[in-house]
Amino acid sequence: MAAAAAKPAAPRPKVQLVWEPKELHRRDWMLVASWSLFALSSLVGTLFYVLRYLFPNVTYEPPLQFKAGLPTEFAPGRVDERFKASFGTWVVRNELGLYALSTVCTHLGCTPNWLEGEQKFKCPCHGSGFRKTGINFEGPAPRPLERYRIGLADDGQVMIDKSAKFQGEKGEWANPESFLYV
Amino acid sequence: MKEFFNALADPSRFFLIFTVAVFAMLKWREFFTAPKVALTIFFGAVVFFVWAIRDPGFKANITKPDNIPIIFMLFLVGFFSWLSLYRAVKNDRRIDRGELPEEAVENPKKVLTWPDLVYSEFLCMLIGTAVLLIWALLLKAPLEEPANPNKTPNPSKAPWYFLGLQEMLVYFDPWLAGVILPGLIVNGLMAIPYVDTNPKGNGYYTFKERPFAITSFFFGFIVLWVSMIILMTFLRGPNQAFFGPFEPWNLHKVEPTVNIQFSQIFWEQWLGTSRPTGWFLRELPGIALVVGYLAITPMLLAKTVCKKMVAQMGNPRYLTMMIMFLIMVAMPIKMVLRWTFNLQFIVNIQELFLNI
Ligand code: FES
Repeated sequence: MAAAAAKPAAPRPKVQLVWEPKELHRRDWMLVASWSLFALSSLVGTLFYVLRYLFPNVTYEPPLQFKAGLPTEFAPGRVDERFKASFGTWVVRNELGLYALSTVCTHLGCTPNWLEGEQKFKCPCHGSGFRKTGINFEGPAPRPLERYRIGLADDGQVMIDKSAKFQGEKGEWANPESFLYV
Repeated sequence: MKEFFNALADPSRFFLIFTVAVFAMLKWREFFTAPKVALTIFFGAVVFFVWAIRDPGFKANITKPDNIPIIFMLFLVGFFSWLSLYRAVKNDRRIDRGELPEEAVENPKKVLTWPDLVYSEFLCMLIGTAVLLIWALLLKAPLEEPANPNKTPNPSKAPWYFLGLQEMLVYFDPWLAGVILPGLIVNGLMAIPYVDTNPKGNGYYTFKERPFAITSFFFGFIVLWVSMIILMTFLRGPNQAFFGPFEPWNLHKVEPTVNIQFSQIFWEQWLGTSRPTGWFLRELPGIALVVGYLAITPMLLAKTVCKKMVAQMGNPRYLTMMIMFLIMVAMPIKMVLRWTFNLQFIVNIQELFLNI
């Protein structure tokens, strides 16, 4: 009997199934605090830079309205490429007047090239072709190049407003603002 | 001679020859995989390259740092296709004689992951790293000037592994070629284990026991994907115009093409009237064609050619497989229609930005 009493009690199971709040010692507290600080700061930092990433430092957008010079500067039957690089616009003059074409391919948005010899715009990405009017006729582009609002400023210069677009396939080219009679 | 190759490289001709060649290779695999024949083809290709590289334009195109891996890839694809077919032919002969396939004789028991698999993976990794290192030392990275939204390089080409996608974009709308079709490719590949329940060919090469699966693979991968990489890399030049391999890249090559829509063909050429004004009526024939192609063809095939297949697979599996297969086949159909008839879209609803 005595031997049985001397037997040590069964060891307590090591695994704690129920979480009971332990008393925090000073060292433990330091550990927990620094880890939480670390986690918090990485979270905040990551979030901040994710948001920051959405607003790049540079703006590529040139102003939406610009003056393109006097109507007489544009030769009839020619595609004027002076504003292609700066404003993404071709200004074309036909017998009746002027119109401004967007330089964004309506397929996937590459910048087509004007081929003087063939009298067409040709996109280098998937080969869409547009006539001088902007109408698509070959390759995959599903609709014509868009036209911008065009008018005369007070000083007699041609004024192009890229905030208004006119889509030929919707019949918007009939809108007087999309064409300047001069 | 060069003119001859240039003429062969006309896209429809090239595509036709390529397809016929692949199918011929599968049909007469016993002949083509014989080491002597395969070696002859290989040396033929090498001789062709050695001869062709004396042409400055061809050389410039081939030795572009971007394009060198493609040449490697072409030879590798050729080699591995040969290897798999060669072993499949051997095994098929053994199976016909009532013997076990080679692989089963070599390893009668199961092969262990460790060491068998991990060991060879490790070796492959070492070799791959070595090759990449040497490659990086020998070839300059083809970096270009900083991107400029106003100047798109002409021609603009995607990285080589995306050229198939870019080529699809030539024939379909962005939402279709850039979103739906790639999604279907990925999902279709994931569906294969569920659709294909044929247990044959597990762990050994064979052709006879799964002819349809292997033929579809060769068609989808070699004919559609690899041939489009070739087409895009070597046969498309400035403005995405087609050029023969020995044709100088002339910026002003004129290809007089004017797109035509299916609705135009149907109403104006076949019926001799003008097209209806509302888009629904106007595009009805095209819509009917597309829906019919995807809905009726599987049923017709199920009643006729594929009867056995349906019985084996069951309806859901058969339908999944067939629709994926039909969409895959639609790709070359559309390409050839564009090349030969300048057909732009079968369904062309500009009003909703929905074209097929
Ligand atoms: S982006 Fe112009 S053709 Fe595709």
